[in-house]
Amino acid sequence: MSNIKEIQEEIVEEFEMFDDWMQRYEYMIELGKSLPLIDEQYKTDENIIKGCQSKVWVHADMKDGKVVFTADSDAIITKGIIAILIRVFSNQEPQAILDANTDFIDEIGLKEHLSPTRANGLVSMIKQLKMYALAYQAKK
Amino acid sequence: MSHQIDIEKIRADFPILSRKVNGHPLVYFDNAATSQTPKAVIYAIVEYYEGYNANIHRGVHSLSQEATDAYEEARETIRAHFNAEKKEEIIFTSGTTHGINLVANGFASELKVGDEVIVSALEHHSNIVPWQMLCEKTGATLKVIPMTESGELNLDAYEELLSEHTKLVFVNHVSNALGTVNDIERIITKAHQKGAAVLIDGAQAAPHIKADVQALDVDFYVVSGHKMCGPTGVGVLYGKEEWLTKLPPYQGGGEMIDQVTFEKTTYAGLPHKFEAGTPNICGGIALGKAIDYLNAIGFETIAAYEHELLTYATEQLLEIEGVKIYGTSKEKTAVISFNIEGIHPYDIGTIIDKLGIAVRTGHHCAQPIMDYYKIPGTVRASFSFYNTKEEIDAFIQAVKRAKVMLS
Repeated sequence: MSNIKEIQEEIVEEFEMFDDWMQRYEYMIELGKSLPLIDEQYKTDENIIKGCQSKVWVHADMKDGKVVFTADSDAIITKGIIAILIRVFSNQEPQAILDANTDFIDEIGLKEHLSPTRANGLVSMIKQLKMYALAYQAKK
Repeated sequence: MSHQIDIEKIRADFPILSRKVNGHPLVYFDNAATSQTPKAVIYAIVEYYEGYNANIHRGVHSLSQEATDAYEEARETIRAHFNAEKKEEIIFTSGTTHGINLVANGFASELKVGDEVIVSALEHHSNIVPWQMLCEKTGATLKVIPMTESGELNLDAYEELLSEHTKLVFVNHVSNALGTVNDIERIITKAHQKGAAVLIDGAQAAPHIKADVQALDVDFYVVSGHKMCGPTGVGVLYGKEEWLTKLPPYQGGGEMIDQVTFEKTTYAGLPHKFEAGTPNICGGIALGKAIDYLNAIGFETIAAYEHELLTYATEQLLEIEGVKIYGTSKEKTAVISFNIEGIHPYDIGTIIDKLGIAVRTGHHCAQPIMDYYKIPGTVRASFSFYNTKEEIDAFIQAVKRAKVMLS
């Protein structure tokens, strides 16, 4: 399993392959289809991430000392965004998640290509993933 | 009698329309959120700051006099436009929301427990929340005029809601989310028969329909400058003189006083009583220019052309499989609120933005309407007299492309 930094570099390279943002969005839609889906029982109002315009549900489990995320959204592009974040942060140790920076998002230019409300949603998603990591770290 | 619109000449008046977005020519279909600004208005702003920027009403120097004259001239332009009887009935505000809050605040001392106020199901949040706050404060009850599937108000139900307990009715002239033009003549007449006052939120109507406040016999009419080719941060509250005299001032400060001692302050007369502090002088002047600009084209010409755009866009859009349009009232402005089956409105908005097309997605600050249709939101394309059929073609192509990507 690669570490967070390596996965981030991989994603940056993948995004650099495309010439324009239409292609990048097509790729994000594809990534959304591979999102590890949240179990229906966790699709509750409490698990909705606040600050997103579309609905995003996230759930976290602890497996062998690593945090495993699942998620879903009612919007396809949002699904792609959360899929990217989960690819980076899932199956990592809580401390590694807490220590990770998210500069790769600026490197792929994702934030500036999202509407302001969606960019806020992206920040909320990252915050929520880190909150789960913090909770599991505290439980250790 | 409406005249043919000279679209090339008009588009040349709006510098922003020739820019590119994401490598594509801008197609601006978010006019219901804010309209674009013609050169005449932009130049009025530049001229003000370059030539006669000064505080108004109190200065003895020439610059202050020039600024005061221009500001008061704008007030007269606005009075004439809405056919108010007196200039004193035109209050400059920061926008529609400010105007509504000013009236709601004033009515706090007018209402008591047992009184009723009526609002419509088609309102923008800014015409719901201030009244909810007013009801909480006074103990009055809020009643809601229900809507129908076509996005119209059920006015028979409205008449049943009216009673001698009704003190106030608030309805928008045009729904921002659906474009429905409400039958405000009937709403006002019926309210007055029960002795209730009526506030009409004209924010969405102002760029399309010239309201005659005397003919309507409306008590309050509020608009925003930035939706009618003016700048942001300025708007108008029209109020009948008797009401404005009766209501207490909204904010204390300079400009709104007559005499101030620590024992007692007496308030200035209308309109200054409601214009505390240094106003948006430049904004007011520019709004006057925007109204002149719209009147030079003519509201009948604007309405006829926009109706053409609406019909064309509706036909084209309905040819796309899975499209559902919300708001199908016979009387509507050039607004299309729609969804494509199985696709989230945000996704459509995001993709077509990459193709240079600006629309609004979401609940349009009208969640009760979205709850009625049981949808998270819609894509809203709203047209203006400076838009073209060619732009609609580009929009339709973009929506088709988005649909393929997102299906």
